[in-house]
Amino acid sequence: MSTSSEASVAAWSDAVAEHVIVTHRDQPGPLLLTLQALQDRFGYVDPRAIPLVAQGLNVSRAEVHGVLTFYQDLRTDPPADVTVRICTAEACQARGSRPVVEHVERALGTSLGGRSADGRVDLEQVFCLGNCALGPSVMVDGSVHGRVDGPRVDQLVANALEGTGR
Amino acid sequence: MSPVTVYVPRDTSARSVGADEVAVTITAVAAARDESVNIVRNGSRGMLWLEPLVEVQTPDGRVAYGPVTPDDVEDLFDADFLQGGPHPLGHGRTDDLPWLSRQHRWTFARVGVIDPLSTVEYENHGGLLGLRRALAMEPDGVVTEVTDSGLRGRGGAGFPAGIKWRTVAQAPATPKYICCNADEGDSGTFADRMLMEGDPFLLIEGMTIAAVAVGATQGYVYIRSEYPDAVAVMRAAIANAYATGWLGPSVLESGHSFDLDVRIGAGSYICGEETAMLESLEGARGMVRAKPPLPALEGLFGQPTVVNNVLTLASVPGILAEGAATYQDLGVGRSRGTQVFQLAGNVAQGGIVETAFGMSLRELIDDFGGGTASGRPVRAVQVGGPLGAYLPDDQLDLPLDYEAFAAAGAMLGHGGVVVFDDTVDMAAQARFAMEFCAEESCGKCTPCRVGAVRGVEVIDKIVGGHERDANLVLLDDLCELMTDGSLCAMGGLTPQPVRSALAHFPEDFDRPSPGTTPRMTEGDPS
Repeated sequence: MSTSSEASVAAWSDAVAEHVIVTHRDQPGPLLLTLQALQDRFGYVDPRAIPLVAQGLNVSRAEVHGVLTFYQDLRTDPPADVTVRICTAEACQARGSRPVVEHVERALGTSLGGRSADGRVDLEQVFCLGNCALGPSVMVDGSVHGRVDGPRVDQLVANALEGTGR
Repeated sequence: MSPVTVYVPRDTSARSVGADEVAVTITAVAAARDESVNIVRNGSRGMLWLEPLVEVQTPDGRVAYGPVTPDDVEDLFDADFLQGGPHPLGHGRTDDLPWLSRQHRWTFARVGVIDPLSTVEYENHGGLLGLRRALAMEPDGVVTEVTDSGLRGRGGAGFPAGIKWRTVAQAPATPKYICCNADEGDSGTFADRMLMEGDPFLLIEGMTIAAVAVGATQGYVYIRSEYPDAVAVMRAAIANAYATGWLGPSVLESGHSFDLDVRIGAGSYICGEETAMLESLEGARGMVRAKPPLPALEGLFGQPTVVNNVLTLASVPGILAEGAATYQDLGVGRSRGTQVFQLAGNVAQGGIVETAFGMSLRELIDDFGGGTASGRPVRAVQVGGPLGAYLPDDQLDLPLDYEAFAAAGAMLGHGGVVVFDDTVDMAAQARFAMEFCAEESCGKCTPCRVGAVRGVEVIDKIVGGHERDANLVLLDDLCELMTDGSLCAMGGLTPQPVRSALAHFPEDFDRPSPGTTPRMTEGDPS
């Protein structure tokens, strides 16, 4: 899953990566599963994993690169401490997501797809969290929050940053 | 004294507005007051504007309170809510609420009623009757039952489920697969999620019946990563189903083997298209496949595969339990059975409305939805997700069935209904449709990959007043090309919201930019 800033993420290590690859390679259609497992472990998929995965699963590096770059969830750089995903799809638009996006962009000093000025928060857009009757909705580190406005997102971000203990 | 059962939903929507905090507070306050409560984390009843909706089991039935915040909990105890006492947040007996009693809940019958992970409660509320009957029949008879029911795919396309099953059943190759498409990416849809979180065994039972009917031995539920709660509940339910012998080498000791796994998507909308989903299940990029070959014959790993949506499969146990005729008796024309409408967007009372086909959109929005949340007039309604048409007020009397919508140039799709009030800028919505397609296109075919990018540019020129008439012609031509030339529904249907916005709300595309003199349009009464 893309719940990137889990407390349990490990620092990159070839040995750990190889262990993850070995435990997934016997699954049917293992490539995406393996990349997802690597991301769960490290918080991202380091480009150094590409040759290891290619060798471990007996596929070409191009195939690994192709899958890694196709999916929105998979990332090749470490995430910030906190990830905020704002739903920008139609149902949340109808309930006022645009002003929320503008507020949060100002508050964090970045735009959708960017990182906050202090480097601690990633701001992303997401198309639908399945909370379409209670929007605007945001997901902060994997938890969905409904009926939010700008100040409520500020508060959620502050709480999440506090939870990271730094 | 035996503990009082209190229901606090574990549904994502309920949790998004504080259900966890409410559950924790009820436990704490009960302990402080020396009251004995048993908290059950059920699914949601689907009255989402009332979430968190707390229900108390009383001798007279369940009594509902909502929306409850942690700050209300002391007050509820003071009002003796554990005995169903009156309170400003009280709604009386849940079963008497007209919003619920006017529905016909076929797939959602148990959602919000039972503990989603209790196999005992599932069976006590009519679960497994369909599977037991299917196991007692010839597989061909099961397929015939589904065909006779008139059940059509609930994922959007509306293809008859029985015909798809028949094709897979008659395919000689083995192994065969059952793949449940739970990649519910359309904005305005959340029924798949709520069903998986509220009654996961129903989906497991439906998939198992499909497996018995077509001779499949392995199933996958492909759930989008944006639904972590649904993933957790499905995985827990599958583990419970294995532990009780509902899944595994001999389903209910029948000798039928069926294994089931959850696979998680990775943030790609296009993986809700069935062939892209199969590619993703195989671990590859979610690129759409050309058809033929049909997935029914050459699907997952090139083998015969049933691909059905969550609600399609969840409709099946009831059809087997109660008979095809009971299901067939519901609905209108060629739209049989019930449809799960999802009222979303700017609506006062959003949630799940499951009824037989045939109600009008206006009834749904006014009677169930209670108008807009903002209190302003409804201006546009988008039905069927981001690829569905925008309908103006004068089309809201359309009956909700597949054919009536198709005849009006719209699409019922998955039954998602997104309401917009009169502050909506329809040119911005049309632009968003193209922008969304550009963002989510798999890139395999040119009309979709390039067309969507060009679509955004052309709409910007039109709205900016740059060679407006020529660009309107160009946009129309582009829409025609995308409709006719795209490989799948992504590029093929993106013109629907664009063209409907243009047809019904042309004034939004001709707004003067700030600081310029308003220009007169043809037929302008001034």
